[in-house]
Amino acid sequence: MRRLGKRHAIVAALALGVVAALVVPTAGIGAKKAGGTLKMIGWDGYLDTKWVNPFQKQSGCKVQAKIATTSDEMVALMRSGGGGQYDMVSASGDASLRLIYGGDVQPVDVSKIPEWKQFFKPFQSPPNNTVDGKHYGISLQFGPNTLLWRTDKVKPAPTSWSVIYSNKYKGRVTIPDNAIQIADAALYLMKTQRALGIKDPYELNPKQFDATVNLLKKQRPLIKKYWVGSPDNAELIESGDAWIGPTWPITTGSLKAKKVPVKEIIPKEGATSWLDTWMLSKKSKNVDCAYKWYRYISSAKVQALQGVTWGETPVNKNACRFMEKLSKGSCAIYHAAEPLSYYRSLYFWKTPVADCGNGKKDCMDYSKWADAWIKIKAS
Amino acid sequence: MAVDVGRAGSSIRGARGRVSGFLWRRPRLRAIGLLIPPLGWIGLVYLAALVALLLSGFHTVDSFTGKIQGNWTLDNFRQIFSLDDTTYLRIAWQTIWIAAAVTVTDAILAFPIAFYMARVASSRVRALLFVLVLLPLWSSYIVRVYAWRVILKEDGILNWTLGKLGLPPADIGFTNTAMWLVFSYVWLPFMILPVYAALERVPESYIEASRDLGARGFRTFRTVILPLALPGLVAGSIFTFSLTLGDYLTPVLIGGPGSQFIGNVIFANVGVANNVPFAAAYAMVPIVVVGVYLIIAKRLGAFDAL
Repeated sequence: MRRLGKRHAIVAALALGVVAALVVPTAGIGAKKAGGTLKMIGWDGYLDTKWVNPFQKQSGCKVQAKIATTSDEMVALMRSGGGGQYDMVSASGDASLRLIYGGDVQPVDVSKIPEWKQFFKPFQSPPNNTVDGKHYGISLQFGPNTLLWRTDKVKPAPTSWSVIYSNKYKGRVTIPDNAIQIADAALYLMKTQRALGIKDPYELNPKQFDATVNLLKKQRPLIKKYWVGSPDNAELIESGDAWIGPTWPITTGSLKAKKVPVKEIIPKEGATSWLDTWMLSKKSKNVDCAYKWYRYISSAKVQALQGVTWGETPVNKNACRFMEKLSKGSCAIYHAAEPLSYYRSLYFWKTPVADCGNGKKDCMDYSKWADAWIKIKAS
Repeated sequence: MAVDVGRAGSSIRGARGRVSGFLWRRPRLRAIGLLIPPLGWIGLVYLAALVALLLSGFHTVDSFTGKIQGNWTLDNFRQIFSLDDTTYLRIAWQTIWIAAAVTVTDAILAFPIAFYMARVASSRVRALLFVLVLLPLWSSYIVRVYAWRVILKEDGILNWTLGKLGLPPADIGFTNTAMWLVFSYVWLPFMILPVYAALERVPESYIEASRDLGARGFRTFRTVILPLALPGLVAGSIFTFSLTLGDYLTPVLIGGPGSQFIGNVIFANVGVANNVPFAAAYAMVPIVVVGVYLIIAKRLGAFDAL
């Protein structure tokens, strides 16, 4: 090896200088630019370039997308590194209250978002993102958990959720692997066993909760597999491993596109429904960009674009005509212009909490639901 | 210029020489200096983080706010080892039992392959077999697991083949049997390689001596080859056992409704309701199991074979 000579020293010093010259100013620029970069956690397809690119152009704010596959992952990501690593999240109703009570998100001033006034009434201040009159996010889109079946295997066509609790299709039922699924069973009991006195499928006292968990434990031997995400669900139905179960409209759409003989309905008991909300981290340093995003994503045109692209329903009631322009008949398919009673018949996801307003604070909270879900699957 | 270079070089060399001479005279100091960076890494980054996590197993979480509380309690362990509700014990047992079944399966499958590679095959065939054994490791683990999903599903390759042969369909997709099959497949190379290494080291002269003393093939295998290959088998079993024990993706992708592993419960608790303390407490179960396993493996000489 050659000795370290003066020339080498000079070269090294120069190199160091160049590196320093590069690092120092970029650090400065980086800090300035970070104010314009929104780090966003979204469901797959929620940060589609179709509407993210125009936003970046028109607002000057950059978007860095991170795809999450479960509500639990979203909560974990928002809390990672003490919070503040991500600015915004498209939280579903089973995550939003966890984020609010966990102190992970900041209140929103809706007076700065005129588009909010165009929302259907039930979505302006839904209990999953509004607590004590304070808004912690802006509703985005929703979609019911419909009942899906293979028309070539399941006959006659079902009209009630009872079909996934009966022995008829033993080993051919698939349901979502998600603790919030307990609410589906609670809704079924609410409509079929009135003696239990369930008034809200997300507010269950210990007795009602036990009855619901027992129903799900009895259902467990009927299950082929608990599905994890839409592709898993679609594959199970397509291959014929499973024939029937709760699904999301997007899954039905993808199966119909592949010519799989399937049909979906909202059974007579009604249905639970997800409702997503954009929320802003308490520690976010990009509040200006976040409000620009709130306004943009709430506007009727962008709402329609996302609804049609993704296969879900906008909360902005002006979105209907834009949906028709994008795809004829889509407004009716996704029920984007129904009477108020329709939206009121859906039971939107919300995180179960102990203080559910019966004055006794004896409702089962989400940690009990999560624990019960593990036990149902292991039963 | 030449003079300058020489002078600068000698002064640097002088300083370096003094330091190295100083360290040469004090071997203990030298050893400490060399060990601090790696030990500091293991101690701080690895062990300290692990201990901090495990300590949180003695806390509880406020289910309303999701914040960890400062009190010390054994509640999490009471819940895990509860005899009234054995859910968590059963899940742990199922995990350990499948990990053991996978290990035994891999040992039985790997031994003949490794034996053939080490003692029978020509060097060209051996090289080819090595490539074949290692080739699956070049693709992602998830890809290989998904491939099995395609094989085992209702209209998959397996049932298609059985149908062509006029046999009834095998209904093993999304069951524990499927998991056992897939685990045995994905971890097999980790068993073959240490067994191969152990078998290759058995001197030919031992086998000849055994034969000279009148031992038939099976006797030679039982009393000479197998005991010498045992450390390799145990070393391989450390991989297959601990890799299966810690897995949580295969149960999600391949398993059925009752196929929860310890890893799935930990995953669910870290995300759901943010119950890290319970996850940490439950994580101690596999740590203890693998710890005990490693002690036994050490007794059987597995670490000499690695």
